[in-house]
Amino acid sequence: MSVRCVQALNQGLHDVFEARDDVYLLGEDLLDPYGGAFKASQGLSTRWPERVLATPVSEASMFGIAAGFALRGYRPIVEIMFGDFVTLGFDQIVNGIAKFREMFDDQVSVPLVVRTPMGGRRGYGPTHSQSLEKLLLGVPGLTVVAPNECHDLGALLAAAVTDDAPVVFVENKLMYGRPNRRPRNGQVDEFAVVEGGGRYPALTFSGNGFSGADATVVTYGGMLPVVLEAATELILEHELFTEVVALGQLLPFDLGPVLASVGRTGALVTAEEGTLTAGVGAEIAARVQAEAWDDLRGPVRRVAARDGIVPAARSLEDEALPGVEDVMREVAAVCGSRT
Amino acid sequence: MITAETNGSGPDAHAEVERLYGTLFLIRRFEETLLDLFSAGKLAGTTHTCIGQEADAVGVVGCLDPARDVVVSNHRCHGHYLALTDDVDGLLREVMGRVGGVCGGKGGSQHLHAGNFFSNGVLGSTVPLATGMALAARERGDGGLATVFVGDGTLGQGVVYESFNIASLWGLPLLVVLEHNGYAQSTPSHLQIAGDVEARAAAFGIATERVATTDVAVVHEAAAGAVARIRESGRPYFLVVDTYRFSPHSKGDDFRDPGEIAGRRELDPLVVAGERVRAETRAAVEAAVEQRLADAVERADDAPRVGGEGVAAR
Repeated sequence: MSVRCVQALNQGLHDVFEARDDVYLLGEDLLDPYGGAFKASQGLSTRWPERVLATPVSEASMFGIAAGFALRGYRPIVEIMFGDFVTLGFDQIVNGIAKFREMFDDQVSVPLVVRTPMGGRRGYGPTHSQSLEKLLLGVPGLTVVAPNECHDLGALLAAAVTDDAPVVFVENKLMYGRPNRRPRNGQVDEFAVVEGGGRYPALTFSGNGFSGADATVVTYGGMLPVVLEAATELILEHELFTEVVALGQLLPFDLGPVLASVGRTGALVTAEEGTLTAGVGAEIAARVQAEAWDDLRGPVRRVAARDGIVPAARSLEDEALPGVEDVMREVAAVCGSRT
Repeated sequence: MITAETNGSGPDAHAEVERLYGTLFLIRRFEETLLDLFSAGKLAGTTHTCIGQEADAVGVVGCLDPARDVVVSNHRCHGHYLALTDDVDGLLREVMGRVGGVCGGKGGSQHLHAGNFFSNGVLGSTVPLATGMALAARERGDGGLATVFVGDGTLGQGVVYESFNIASLWGLPLLVVLEHNGYAQSTPSHLQIAGDVEARAAAFGIATERVATTDVAVVHEAAAGAVARIRESGRPYFLVVDTYRFSPHSKGDDFRDPGEIAGRRELDPLVVAGERVRAETRAAVEAAVEQRLADAVERADDAPRVGGEGVAAR
């Protein structure tokens, strides 16, 4: 019986607290019985009251405090209640956390983890629904990890905590409530799954047992279920087969699994929940087109949110954020057919 | 209590005041040397000297334990760095971009790290950083503390007050030293600061002291009291030192009334402390510093530039 993703993350946090006494959690509203706004941190303050530090509403300082704490030998995890609030820490992230190791000539490391939920589809409106990962991808020195519901969430969290690089660990809000669908015998439902290597492995899905596909879709995080649903529909409605690569690590870019898949399929669509311009897909498209031009039948196409706010009304939010039909349309387009 | 010692006449008292004077003089001449090197075209980029403010660095850092205490500084960091590390070669080569620089030439003048010293160039950002280091000191339980130097311009940054709140709330061994030189770059304090400076920390329940002095002994005494209180209570402390910067903010960007600057010369920390050093000792101390700096400049000048062939040479 699978657990919900938030439970898997919570268990992962308990495991790292159990394993290491240099791990601390800092953030707002962490104390039991509240246990964090999304309950991922429940139970920690009861078991380790001295290592769970409930902070005032001071995100800008929290990033700096965690950086100083990490520079002095601890491994803090910062919980930022909504990913939108990461903007408050940007000075510390850009001018400190991500720079210290190189700026101080490799004499230091800043082993901190920022855990934060991103994503919409819950009607929280323009400042509580964004997917701002792309803002972080332009910061050299940072590692950005975005697990999805099929990842071993506890393992990824432990990998982030033991990483000597600073990690932003993006947890999709809708993912929290969904079952953690780990592959069994190489399958998730009707999809065959291959897990890649590295600390934060990519997962590659195929609806026909990797027996040939028309296109690759690269995605991450909360977009995975949307893309998998589109992949199923494309088979049923259009007999178009896709491979879906769900990245675990967004930064540094490691597009090995994407290039491998594009080598098999010859076409690529990127799918992300953040806004289109200068997005994750733009960087992936540039890199894949430079490295795999001869494999591609046509230009890489992108699926993303429209360049605007995430409106509060659910009907408007649905129009703004990319859905199953958008993925289907772009896959059909790179395959030279129309949906 | 250096004031008592320096006012005394025992051999220890003399040795101490001579030592403090030697560090003041080293910092002063180091930074004047940097400005000379700029004029000679041997330095590029930027630098911010603390000429006139050296008593703060020497007085405060002299009270710290380099083994367990941390110093976090800002763009105007050479004095703090030298007071803690005495690393003339490493700093000079860092600023000159030569092999052997303390951060391999990557940090330059205002981004330094060695041992327990850290500096960074964005005002205010260092206060939460030091607060996190104070948290580490508290958790380690070795009685260490974190000291952060800020200027009056930094009082305009919001994270300073977030950190005051947290340091007080959590009971962190944090010493915030405000070097109040009356200017934020070119803008005088009366255009920057409303209300009461000390009250800003006091409002968060932080013990506060203000001394208007360029006397290293007075700064040292105030800092010693602050450090003792932090070690005993585990709580933050805000020490305001009213001082004055003779040098421009950076290099040549000074639009202050020359008369104003000249009027402060009699309070030059070198003049104030130098009067207490025996003349023959003072000459010997100064000669030794001059020789040390001349040698360091020669060695740095001979060292390869970092990158390319310089990296290969390393």
